[in-house]
Amino acid sequence: MRRPVAVRVVGSFELVFRPALIAIALTIVLATPVELFGLTLPEPVLPLVLAFAWPLIRPSMLAPGVLFALGLFLDIFWGGTLGTWPLALIAVYAVVLGSRNLLAGQETQVLFVWYAICCAIAFFLVYLVVSLDAGQAPSLIALLLQIVPTLLFFPAADWMVQRFDDGDVRFR
Amino acid sequence: MAFRDGPFDQLKVPLAWTAAVAVVVALIASILMILADRRIDGEGHSYGPVRAGFDAVVAPASGVLAAPVRWTGGATDYIKGYFFAVSENRRLRAQVAELEPWRDQAIALKNVNARYESLLGLRTEPPVAMATARSVSESRGPFVHARLLDAGTGKGIRIGNPVINEHGLVGRVVGVTGGVSRMLLVTDVASRIPVLVDRTDARALLTGDGSGNPRLEFVRGAGAVQAGDRVLTSGDGGGLPRGVPIGVVARGIDGSWRVKLFSDRGAIDYVRVMLFEDFGQLAEPAALDAPPLAGLSTAPAPDATQAASIRDAAARRAGATATPAPGATQ
Repeated sequence: MRRPVAVRVVGSFELVFRPALIAIALTIVLATPVELFGLTLPEPVLPLVLAFAWPLIRPSMLAPGVLFALGLFLDIFWGGTLGTWPLALIAVYAVVLGSRNLLAGQETQVLFVWYAICCAIAFFLVYLVVSLDAGQAPSLIALLLQIVPTLLFFPAADWMVQRFDDGDVRFR
Repeated sequence: MAFRDGPFDQLKVPLAWTAAVAVVVALIASILMILADRRIDGEGHSYGPVRAGFDAVVAPASGVLAAPVRWTGGATDYIKGYFFAVSENRRLRAQVAELEPWRDQAIALKNVNARYESLLGLRTEPPVAMATARSVSESRGPFVHARLLDAGTGKGIRIGNPVINEHGLVGRVVGVTGGVSRMLLVTDVASRIPVLVDRTDARALLTGDGSGNPRLEFVRGAGAVQAGDRVLTSGDGGGLPRGVPIGVVARGIDGSWRVKLFSDRGAIDYVRVMLFEDFGQLAEPAALDAPPLAGLSTAPAPDATQAASIRDAAARRAGATATPAPGATQ
């Protein structure tokens, strides 16, 4: 006899809206002009964490829309060309969505490698758009200084995958 | 037959497919937005009402976040000033002693320069009015170097105004609303500043690339630049006033000429916006219209003697034109 399984439904607010609001709040806080011993706060692209985690947890029509809005927020808040970060975030979402079956159940190390590849794709796209738009290639050192803090936020993506993927058994 | 009884009653679209449709739509929208938007232009057209409204909303929130940082910095400076007062005093005395000859030299040169200007009849540049502002938010990634300032059109700030701190040029205003303005730093990848090398008067273009030290490109003349040269704004193109200090030349690790910015010597928290638009504002319009130029169009009618002279001169000119000069046909 099949054992009944308790279904705990993870709602859109818990999975999508709350992490998106946290990402926005953190981005605003990290933009505070603080300088201590010549060092400033890092500027990671926090929505990349969500673009990686959301399709692994559960594909939905809502997540790309929210990612698009988050990308627009980054473009307007940082002052970049409109559409640049939406393109990069949605591209990452598309890559992870396409490789979802491959990544399901993989170990954390494998997920990190995939996350790093997704970050590389996103930053390459933005680098390309900015270079074409400004007629000048941005500094690679400055690029690394943004990629590294973004990679360091992988534990947040991994935590989301572990927590929500196990929490909603309907999508196993 | 009801719809649910037909062949579609078991139709279920997989979630991945619906997500893929949303992804494609979002990708197309992103590409269209990139093609439609120009990030920085000289007229500030890219700074539309959406960006302006967003900045107007975000700036107060960022200002609240920046306030504790500013207070902490102020408290730290106070404590440091208290404990290091003696050493600071010694350092300042030495600095004053070093600067006094320079001050005397500057006074003498200013005097001589004023004499030259009056002898040559040069139109000197009047002092530019300034507005003080505070930086409340910054983006410092490789793709955008910009800051939000808590002053806007209410203080007379307009798009294109240069921004300086106590050490040198910081950037220029690329967007402005009533109480907030967005400043593009000279290190931004879209920043281009016409500059001159103080030692050789050679012209070049200061090009930001998202790093801390912008490049010096299109340097004209062989041997025009060497490490340690001071770089100033040249004023070419009329976007910036001439002579605003920017930094010193250094050789980058990639072998290119770069500029160590003076503005990095201190925090870019409080800045001054130069209310400078172009060279047109340096000239007083009323002075340009004043006599004698204005007299050309408003000259009084000639008296009888002057009218006779004018008629005589006109008749002579007409006669000379009608009669060909001897030998003109040969």
